[in-house]
Amino acid sequence: MTFSWNLVTDLRDMWQYEFMRNAFAAGTIIAIVAGVIGYFVVLRRSAFATHALGHVGFAGAAGAVLFGVNPVYGLLLFTTAGATGMGLLGRRAATRDIEIGTVLAFMLGVGLLFISLYKGFATEAYAFLFGEVLGISRGGVVFTFEASIAVLAVLLLLSRRLLFASLDEEVAEAKGLPMLALGLAFMILLAVAISIAVQVIGVLLIFALMVTPAAIAVRVATRPLTAVAVSVGVALLATWGGLFLSWYPPYYPVSFYIVSIAFSLYVAVRVILALLAWFASPWTRTAPPDPSPHSG
Amino acid sequence: MIAQVEDSPDVIRAQGLEVGYRGRPIWREATFGIRRGEFVAVIGPNGAGKTTMFRMLLGLQRAWAGRVEVFGEVPRRGNPRIGYVPQRHSIDQETHVECESLVRLGISGTRWGPGFAARSEREAASAALSAVGASDLAHKAIGTLSGGELQRVFLAEALVGEPEMLLLDEPLSNLDLRRSRDLVDLVARLVHARNVTTLLVAHDINPLIHCLDRVIYIANGRVATGTPSEVLTSESLSALYGLPIEVLHDSRGNVVIVGGEGDRGAESG
Repeated sequence: MTFSWNLVTDLRDMWQYEFMRNAFAAGTIIAIVAGVIGYFVVLRRSAFATHALGHVGFAGAAGAVLFGVNPVYGLLLFTTAGATGMGLLGRRAATRDIEIGTVLAFMLGVGLLFISLYKGFATEAYAFLFGEVLGISRGGVVFTFEASIAVLAVLLLLSRRLLFASLDEEVAEAKGLPMLALGLAFMILLAVAISIAVQVIGVLLIFALMVTPAAIAVRVATRPLTAVAVSVGVALLATWGGLFLSWYPPYYPVSFYIVSIAFSLYVAVRVILALLAWFASPWTRTAPPDPSPHSG
Repeated sequence: MIAQVEDSPDVIRAQGLEVGYRGRPIWREATFGIRRGEFVAVIGPNGAGKTTMFRMLLGLQRAWAGRVEVFGEVPRRGNPRIGYVPQRHSIDQETHVECESLVRLGISGTRWGPGFAARSEREAASAALSAVGASDLAHKAIGTLSGGELQRVFLAEALVGEPEMLLLDEPLSNLDLRRSRDLVDLVARLVHARNVTTLLVAHDINPLIHCLDRVIYIANGRVATGTPSEVLTSESLSALYGLPIEVLHDSRGNVVIVGGEGDRGAESG
């Protein structure tokens, strides 16, 4: 397994193995879902809620293993319950970091209890925490695909309403949008997306796949559709890059490469934009505003 | 219903209206009518219930007593004939969304689906931005705008659906005097050009006084309405507050209202 500059032969080498084909398939689907929903996460300032839902899911996954159930169901059950709770409390709840953090720590502790009760659980716990994309089975890919199609379909259906509700809450309410129901629907979609993304990236690193790509996107594109496309592109680049690099020595974990690529791109974009603003080019739309932009 | 609306010159009619918030009455016995195409200022001290009046017209809040009709109907949420600009204290500078996309939501934000190929939406949005003189802001991020620019973009968002009524809540609150006047002139032009009935909440009447048709003055749990010259008199406001109030005029027609608001201070210009 040596690297050549002919990427086609490299990929053909990798794809001889079923686990690699599964990893690429699941990674691709999840990157698309994460990139799309991540845009709304950034828009709605729900990044910390996303992070916390991952931890809630960890307890669910650990509990499921303890009781001999497929961990994905445990993940789905717990993240959906957590998301429903946050959704019912309204949008403000998703930005209350102290309450969320308290629940997050408790759920991680519950997960720890489940681990200690179940002997020989260390490797699986490790996989939930940091992701184990190379371990996804054929059935796992199919499940991921089905869940992703469902999430994307509902998200597409709700997209304009969700955008309106996220950007301009009061006007959207006056225009008759059901704000609580929309918020709840979004949180549940997020819960499902997190549950499947955990397979690739793990609960502790979910931020890198679900928030960082979108955070990069909103800085380079101000039109929502373009921003979603950039976000998906970055998530795909990080996932594919991570899988590709992990194939070669020194065989570092895929998750490490994914978060590193996402992080590097984020830093690069921030630095480039800061430099552009420094030179004060009149055509940069993302240049920081003057010191008192709202004073008239 | 429709015939009734056409017969009536009033697009808003309130009769013995009383509202409250969290079990506390805010104002009562409000009886007034607003005619189509009028430019109306809603004036009063903080907490007097100006925003509450808007929430009632939008169908977001119910009357405690009396009745109110908008276009001859009981107010209902989501009425496409009303454009609304809520009071916003600030907008997050991290809002990296272009203005045109926000304005588009004024017509399409309640629709299903992604609307990938909605060319008409984009055209309507750019026409609305151009109507408020903000075409150059179309592709700027909302978070980077100044206060005056923001108000124009919000106005475009409210106008894009071609409403027959505009409710503008404190659009002047973050603007200096010159930008206040610019925005008022813009709104006055739109009111007349489009015959759109406009209610504008403000705490200071002076930037508006030259182009108003009517004033709704809310204070002390009461609502007084009429033309500016009817309402803004010492007698009328004294009766409203139940306290001696003096309305003074300066040489340029500005109004100063003295007394009556206790420790809240005078709402003056």
